[in-house]
Amino acid sequence: MRFMMIVRATPDTEAGAMPESGLIAAMASYHEELAKAGVLLDATGLQPSAKGWRIHYRNGQRHIVDGPFAETKELIAGYTLIQVRSREEAMEWARRFPAPMGEGTDAILEVRQLYESCDFEPDQPAERSRKTQASHTSARA
Amino acid sequence: MSREATHRAIEAVWRIESAKVIAHAARLVRDVGLAEELAQDTLVTALERWPVDGLPDNPGAWLMAAVKNRALDRLRQDALHARKHEELGADMDALQSHVVPDFVDALAEASEDDIGDDLLRLVFTACHPLLSTDARVALTLRLIGGLTTDEIARAFLTPEKTIAQRIVRAKRTLSEARVPFEVPRAAELPARLASVLEVLYLVFNEGYSATAGDDWMRPTLCAEALRMGRVVVGLMPNESEVLGLVALMEIQASRTQARTDAAGRPVLLMDQDRSRWDPLLIRRGLAALERAEALGGARGPYALQAALAACHARARRAEETDWAQIVALYDALAVVAPSPVVEINRAVAVGMAFGPEAGLEIVDALAAEPALASYHWLPSVRGDLLAKLGRLDEARAEFERAAAMTRNARERELLTARAHAVGAPP
Repeated sequence: MRFMMIVRATPDTEAGAMPESGLIAAMASYHEELAKAGVLLDATGLQPSAKGWRIHYRNGQRHIVDGPFAETKELIAGYTLIQVRSREEAMEWARRFPAPMGEGTDAILEVRQLYESCDFEPDQPAERSRKTQASHTSARA
Repeated sequence: MSREATHRAIEAVWRIESAKVIAHAARLVRDVGLAEELAQDTLVTALERWPVDGLPDNPGAWLMAAVKNRALDRLRQDALHARKHEELGADMDALQSHVVPDFVDALAEASEDDIGDDLLRLVFTACHPLLSTDARVALTLRLIGGLTTDEIARAFLTPEKTIAQRIVRAKRTLSEARVPFEVPRAAELPARLASVLEVLYLVFNEGYSATAGDDWMRPTLCAEALRMGRVVVGLMPNESEVLGLVALMEIQASRTQARTDAAGRPVLLMDQDRSRWDPLLIRRGLAALERAEALGGARGPYALQAALAACHARARRAEETDWAQIVALYDALAVVAPSPVVEINRAVAVGMAFGPEAGLEIVDALAAEPALASYHWLPSVRGDLLAKLGRLDEARAEFERAAAMTRNARERELLTARAHAVGAPP
């Protein structure tokens, strides 16, 4: 299963401020650990929303709105995508994530599970998971 | 945190750390079986203490320190034990009292080295050619993958007892042969690395092929083989064949969701819905292949297979497949890793690139190949080429022959359908 660890934006990230070197090193070594454990799929930082834009779909029309966007805390500043064997494993990796803005600075890391393609199988998912459960149980018995 | 949640958290930590913990202990005691025992004891201690004291800030470091202490205690006991024996014969006290602490200190110092080295030693030891292939696979999943005996048993539809015995025997074999806990030297390295890659690809294929194992464990095997492959890439970043194998597995794994239809029937590569291929895994696979090629490894057997998989991955639609390139890659593969199976695949590619007549020529040259006598792909491919040439009666006979040869019911269904499609006898 895959999880995305999302770093929420702050006024600093929105200002395009470069993190201090200690934080860069901590991030690099954390991601190196992920890679060494074979669980890292992808990771990147995002430029400030001032360089981005949004498309609003309203009343069948599309409107382009250029950044920056005001609600800083709702924006994202970067993400790390991992593949692990359990939710607990994702939790443990998230626990080891360095304080995204440096120790002592407020920040938010949000973790979300990805849908897998099998979540969209045309046959009934309930049926499938029951089947899985059944074979699981019988194998244990 | 509830007791159960703590327990699950410890389990997750163990999954992440266990291989490193075992490897660390093995470096000290030089015995993989004993190392696993010490690691298990360490886990038991964590399970007793963490729910009371809370999870340590750095659980990995805690486990490493704990297993190191256990290993050093064990070595001290053994050394004392040995000394007691010797006292009976000669007065070694003066010497031993110096030697013992020094010996342990030296080991402790050595253990400060890069843990990556230890993990790599563990990988090579688990895949040691002294062991049977089955034993290598089981031991690798246990020690590197951190799978339980029960999970391995379910993955291979084998009784748990059999797997447990297999692992015990493998550890004993390694111990009795005094297999050194080390990364093989340059002269041995290619053959030993080939054994590691073979084990990983076997695990992957066991999960990928729909022949055995329960539904729940099979994807786990694929994911685990891929994860272990990525770990070995990290440990040996300049070995192009490791990258080649990882590239191959990433690209094959990208097709998982498209390989079967809603009823679980296999879907041939050319008929798969390519929009269901996982673009992230394809991108990772192509990147790994690029690195393998940049290291000069483009002609390695795994890199070539990855390059073949990449040809399909790059084609947005089946009709866009670069068959001439695929023929060139099979030509190269037939040189470095010749086999009748490669020849059949080459025939298919030649048939697609240069017409069925050219493909048929290769297939007919294989007719006498004893290794293919019971291999249903030969008549099936021959049938396909004959059908394209309009030789329908011969094509039908070949499809029927292939259908009679396969042991897989779903494949038989597919082949019988093809026989009918070219005109069944009245």
